[in-house]
Amino acid sequence: MSAQFLQFLLAGLTVGAIYALVALGFSIIYNASQVINFAQGEFVMIGGMCTVWLANAGWPLPAAIAAAVLVAAAVGLALEKLAVEPARGASVVTLIIITIGASILLRGLATIVWDKNIHPLKAFSGEAPIQLGGATLLPQSLWVLGVTVVIVLLLSWFFGRTLLGKALLATSHNRLAAQLVGINVRHVLLASFGLSAALGAVAGILVAPITFTAWDVGVMLGLKGFAAAILGGMGSGPGAVLGGLVLGIVEAMGAGYVSSAYKDAIAFVIILAVLFFLPSGLLGRRSSDRV
Amino acid sequence: MKFRSMLAALAVLVLGAAQAQEPIRIGSFLAVTGGAAFLGDPEQKTLELYVERLNAAGGVLGRKLQLIVYDSAGDAEKARTFAKRLIEQDKVDVIVGGSTTGETMAMVPLVEAAGVPFISLAGAVVIVEPVKKWVFKTPHSDRQACERIFVDMKARGATKVALISGAGGFDKSMRAQCLQVAKNHGIEIVADEAYGTGDTDMTAQLTKIKNTPGVQAVLNVGFGQSPAIVTKNHKQLGISQPLYQSHGVASKAFIKLAGDAAEGVRLPAAALLVAETLPDSDPQKKVVLGYKREYEARFKSEISTFGGHAWDGLMLAVEAIRKAGSTDKAKVRDALESIRGFVGIDGVFNMSATDHVGLDISGLRMLEIRKGDWTLVK
Repeated sequence: MSAQFLQFLLAGLTVGAIYALVALGFSIIYNASQVINFAQGEFVMIGGMCTVWLANAGWPLPAAIAAAVLVAAAVGLALEKLAVEPARGASVVTLIIITIGASILLRGLATIVWDKNIHPLKAFSGEAPIQLGGATLLPQSLWVLGVTVVIVLLLSWFFGRTLLGKALLATSHNRLAAQLVGINVRHVLLASFGLSAALGAVAGILVAPITFTAWDVGVMLGLKGFAAAILGGMGSGPGAVLGGLVLGIVEAMGAGYVSSAYKDAIAFVIILAVLFFLPSGLLGRRSSDRV
Repeated sequence: MKFRSMLAALAVLVLGAAQAQEPIRIGSFLAVTGGAAFLGDPEQKTLELYVERLNAAGGVLGRKLQLIVYDSAGDAEKARTFAKRLIEQDKVDVIVGGSTTGETMAMVPLVEAAGVPFISLAGAVVIVEPVKKWVFKTPHSDRQACERIFVDMKARGATKVALISGAGGFDKSMRAQCLQVAKNHGIEIVADEAYGTGDTDMTAQLTKIKNTPGVQAVLNVGFGQSPAIVTKNHKQLGISQPLYQSHGVASKAFIKLAGDAAEGVRLPAAALLVAETLPDSDPQKKVVLGYKREYEARFKSEISTFGGHAWDGLMLAVEAIRKAGSTDKAKVRDALESIRGFVGIDGVFNMSATDHVGLDISGLRMLEIRKGDWTLVK
């Protein structure tokens, strides 16, 4: 019984870590612009697809990964420059709709640049399962968890110790005040898109050996990442991580102990409950302090 | 007066000649793009290739064939519109198409009302059950795939089966069919798990199956990448009971995705996938090998069983038109229903008034994946 519990927990943590990375991407852009970027899932797709494509072209895996993250970041920057920035004065809803349009465009482009097939990616360090107290774990899951921890640490250093990170935080607290103290909020917005895109790409690359990648993987991962961000509190970094992990574990436990047919329903019911009773999420800022 | 009657005779002659020149119109709508493109693409290629070849060989009944294909993108609503256009505007003699069950069912009322022979290329059993006067289909139904799997399980001594299935239309239909026919084959379904369409991890469901007492075999009913993930998770968890997949993943892409984990997985599929290794005594060998070679030589891409459905559809239609000796729709329909012993890609067709597929499960071969390739289970 406990081995079974452990198996569910490990499965939930692995998936949850991916949700967390996607949710972090949502939160960073939301902080900088109040915009929910629905193209976030497409960054995940670009990361995975680009890595597969370069690896198949004969690039060594580390180089392919680095290049894929850069490509995704470039796409993120281009999205901000070409689609979001020209609509600067528009309402937040308009900007959100722009990101939905961008996500459809990116998916379409992916089917043209790459193809419509599903692609496998070689696991970073073998596929021999690791035995752990009666449960099994893939080495790739350790990569997912490890890299997620490293990224969370890096992000907390970035937001706590660097000027750009602090500028991002300041903008999220009060855009006008940030502008008045000399922060170029346009650069901050640009940086937030690049950073989110890179984060999404990392998630897409880490998960590709476990779940494969295809032109449309971003839809579901984006949705789950969004749900995780809502659950944790939109705009909160620790909230995004917590939300992702909770969502992943609840899904796995739900599938294991309750009913696998209602797995997604369980996750979304929890999110509805959070929105009803805790509208700002588990760790979000209480919205009352914003007028 | 004489001049007039001569003119009339001439007119009749000219018109008659024109009639003889009139091509036989074969209408089709396929999911050439969109999510089901992996079905529609090889189907369209097959139809085009063989209409071309039939015409090069002099056509049918001395008339050329004309193929009219529309891309329904797998959308039932579009399929309906195109079916209407095929019947009313293009005035086709027979329709061969419908990559998915949804498209097919959307246009069944139209062909029934208009009285046009229609051969569907989709899988679900609802298309031909209950029997519809004008509707036929070529692939094995999902129920037959279940039966084939259960026969093989039983032969290996496995009667307690754990089922795991996806949430798609194909998955749900086949799951229901499997549950329905299990008892007839002495199979007991001891676990029935499900996963969502975009799910990335099925270890939770499989752990539950692993801990269900008495399980002797695992059957995954699914489509797309999910069965490959199930296969990988099955190996990761070290589940010792053999894994069966459905005919929905009978393509090389599945082996490529699942990698080493696919070793030992069994699934039912058409003879096409193992064309070369069929014994020479097999009645289908010549047909299947011929199609495979011609298709691969022309398109430089790997054969798929879905293209085989289109071959069967086209050739059955041609056979019926030849038998009927005309394109009179009612005669063609009757001829279709009376086809017996027609060797196709999916099997040997024996149509009847009560069976508009005409295949038995012997056309489905049980394959096992060994060393990254299909092998025929004896």
